[in-house]
Amino acid sequence: MSKPLTVWDLPREEYLAPGHRMCQGCGAAIAFRHILKATGKDVIITMPTSCGEITSTVYPHTAWRVPWIHVAFENAAAVASGIAAGIEALKRKGFIPKDKDIKVVAIGGDGGTFDIGFQALSGTLERGDNVLYICYDNEAYMNTGIQRSGATPLGAWTTTTPVGKVWRGEWRPKKRKDLIAVAIAHNVPYAATANPAFPVDLYMKVKKALSIKGPKVIHVLSPCVPGWRIEPEKSVEVGKLAVLTGMWINYEYENGTYRVTTPVPKRKPVREYLRLQGRFRHLTDEEIKKIQELVDAEVARINKLVGKEVIGPVEG
Amino acid sequence: MRVVGEVRALNGDEAVAYAVRQCNVDVISAYPITPQTIIVERLSEYVANGEIHTEYVNVESEHSALSTCIGAAAAGARAFTATSSQGLALMWELLYVASGLRLPIVMAVVNRALSAPINIHCDHSDSIGTRDSGWIQFYVENSQEAYDTVIQAFKIAEHPDVQLPVMINLDGFYLSHTLENVRVLPDDVVSGFVGFRKPVKVWVPYLGREVPAVLDGYTPISLGIIALSDYYYEFKMMVIKAMEKAREVIKEVNKEFSELSGRAYGDGFLTHYGVDDAEAVLIVMGSAAGTVRYVARELRRKGLRVGVIRLRTFRPFPYEELTKLLKDVKAVGVMDRATSPGAYGAPLFNEVRTALYDCECRPVIVNYVYGIGGRDLSPHTVKELYSDLLEIAKGKKPSSIVRYVGVRS
Repeated sequence: MSKPLTVWDLPREEYLAPGHRMCQGCGAAIAFRHILKATGKDVIITMPTSCGEITSTVYPHTAWRVPWIHVAFENAAAVASGIAAGIEALKRKGFIPKDKDIKVVAIGGDGGTFDIGFQALSGTLERGDNVLYICYDNEAYMNTGIQRSGATPLGAWTTTTPVGKVWRGEWRPKKRKDLIAVAIAHNVPYAATANPAFPVDLYMKVKKALSIKGPKVIHVLSPCVPGWRIEPEKSVEVGKLAVLTGMWINYEYENGTYRVTTPVPKRKPVREYLRLQGRFRHLTDEEIKKIQELVDAEVARINKLVGKEVIGPVEG
Repeated sequence: MRVVGEVRALNGDEAVAYAVRQCNVDVISAYPITPQTIIVERLSEYVANGEIHTEYVNVESEHSALSTCIGAAAAGARAFTATSSQGLALMWELLYVASGLRLPIVMAVVNRALSAPINIHCDHSDSIGTRDSGWIQFYVENSQEAYDTVIQAFKIAEHPDVQLPVMINLDGFYLSHTLENVRVLPDDVVSGFVGFRKPVKVWVPYLGREVPAVLDGYTPISLGIIALSDYYYEFKMMVIKAMEKAREVIKEVNKEFSELSGRAYGDGFLTHYGVDDAEAVLIVMGSAAGTVRYVARELRRKGLRVGVIRLRTFRPFPYEELTKLLKDVKAVGVMDRATSPGAYGAPLFNEVRTALYDCECRPVIVNYVYGIGGRDLSPHTVKELYSDLLEIAKGKKPSSIVRYVGVRS
C-alpha cells in the first residue's frame, strides 16, 4: 500500500488565479482550486450561470488559467457534450493530435444542476458522453441572493423560504433530491460526493473520475458565507462538521460498489452543524429532532449500501 | 471552373441534409420537430452508413441542440443544427449567445407557425421573431436554393470579417416536403468550395500573443465572460459591425458560387422581376414568391406594369438595394407571413417602409399579411393584391394601410 496523500502531495500549480471576486471563505473557491489541481492544464471547463461563474470572469479579467466557457444557465452539460464531440471530430480530422488527452469538465451550482440544468445533465449522462460533471452545492440560489433551490435542506431559511408566522424556512419534509442516485440511475460508471473541507479526498475523486471514460458526476458540498450566514473563517469548519454529524457523507460509487471515503465511527449530533449557521437559527428542538431523524435514515441507507457500519451512531 | 452536377429528386429537407453532408461538418446536434424531422433523419442515415465522419449528438431538446453546437463551435469545430417553430423558440436565449460569442454555426429553420393554437404549417413568425438575435437570415424560395444556400452559409459564417451564425429559412411543407429536381454538385467540389473551418486568431493581452479564438485544450482563454455596463455595449457593437461586413461577404460568396455552379440569386440579397417599369410592386419572402411571380408574369402579358421583389436576406436587411430598385415605383405592397400584434403592420413591412422613408419619390406602401398558420395563398388572391396596388398607383387612397388577407372576418 502506498502512503495516503496529504495536502503536501498535491500539485503546486495554481490554475485558479487570485484576485477573483468570490467571497472570503467561499467553499466553492476552495473546491475550484483543488478541482483544477486534479484536472491539470489540459482541460476545458464549462460553467453555467452561477455565483462562481460571474465572480471569476468579470471582463476584462479571468481567474481561469485553463480554457473556460460560460454559455447559459441550464446547459452546462449540453455545452460540455458539444465540446467533447467537437474534440472527437477534430481529432478524427487530424486537427488535434489523436493522443492528446483533453478533459471536459462542467462545474455547475445546485440551481444549475438540481433544477434548471437537470434535463441537459440527464441527456449527457444518458448518452454516455465523456464528460465529468461537478455540482458545487451551496444549497440555494446564492447568485441572485439566497433563494430556495431543489437542493435546499429542510429547515433552512432562504429569501423565498422565509421564517414567518406560517412558514419555518424550507418545508420539504423529506430528504432532498439525491443527485448521486439520479446519476447512478443513468448507469454512469462513477459518481461521488466530496467536500472542500477534505481537499485531498476531493482531489483524488476528480483524478479518479477523469481516468474513467464516459459520464461521471461529483457532488461537492460548498459552504456559503453569505447564504448560510456563517463567518468567513468558519466555512471549512462547517464543511468538516457536515461530515462529522452525518449531514454530508463523503462517498463514491464505482461500477456497482459504494465506498465511504471519510468514515465517521462516532457521529456528532446535527445540532452542532446547524448552530454555526444563521440560516438554521430559528429551529426549535422539535425541528432539529426531525432533521436528526432524516440524517439517521440517510446514514443507515449508506451503511447498508456499503455493507457495513462505516458511519457510526451519534455519540453520547 | 463551371461544374454542372447531377439532378436528384429531393425535397427541401433532403436538399438541406444533402448539402450538409458535403460540407465537412464536424458536429451535428439536433432534435426532431415537424416539419424539420426529415433533415435529422437523413443526416443520421449519412452518419449511420459511414458516408460522413461527423459526430452526431442526439440531444434531449432544442435547447441542448444549440448548446451542443455552441460548445462544439467554441472548441473549433464546424457545427450544424436544424429546427422549426417551438424548437426555435426554445433555443431563444442561445441564439443571442451564439452571435455574441461570434460562433459561425449554421442552422436550417423549417418555418412553422408558433403555438397556440398548435399548428404544424408554414408561416414565418418563428424566425422573424428572432430577427434581432444577431443571426444572418436567408429565406429561400425552393429546394435548389436551400441546397445552394447551406453551402454558401458555411463560407459566409466563417469568413474572418463575419464570424456570425447563419439561419437558412425554408417554408415548412411547401418546401420541406415537396419533391423537386435539385441539381447537386459533386462531393469533392463542395468540399473544396467550403474547405475546413479555420478559427480566427485574436490578440490576448494577458498571454501577450495571438491565439486561435477557440477552446483548444491548450490555450487558457475564457469565453462567455460577464461584461457589464462598462464593456457590454462594445461587444454588441462588434456584432452590429460584423453584420454590416456580412453584406459584402454575402455578395462575394453568391458570386463565387455562381461561377462554380452557374446559379446566382441576384446580388445575393434579392431577386426581382418586372420592377424596372413597374407601377406596382409586391415584396415577398420564401416559397410564395413563385406564386407571385407567376401572377406578375400573367398580368404583364396583359400589359399591366407590375413587378415582384423576392427578398433572400432579411438580416442583414438590403435597404440600399431596395431603395434603388423602388425609386420610380408608385405603389408597393409588402407581403408578410408573420404578425406583430399591436404594431403598425408586420415586421417586413416596417423594415421596407423605414428603408423607403428617405426615398425621394416616396411610394405608397401597404402591408398584406398572408399565409398565417399555412393558410393558402392562391394566384387569385395575388391578382387581387395587384389590382388593389394598381389602383393605389393611380391615386386611389388605400382602404387601409395594413390588410390581413385571406382571413375570415
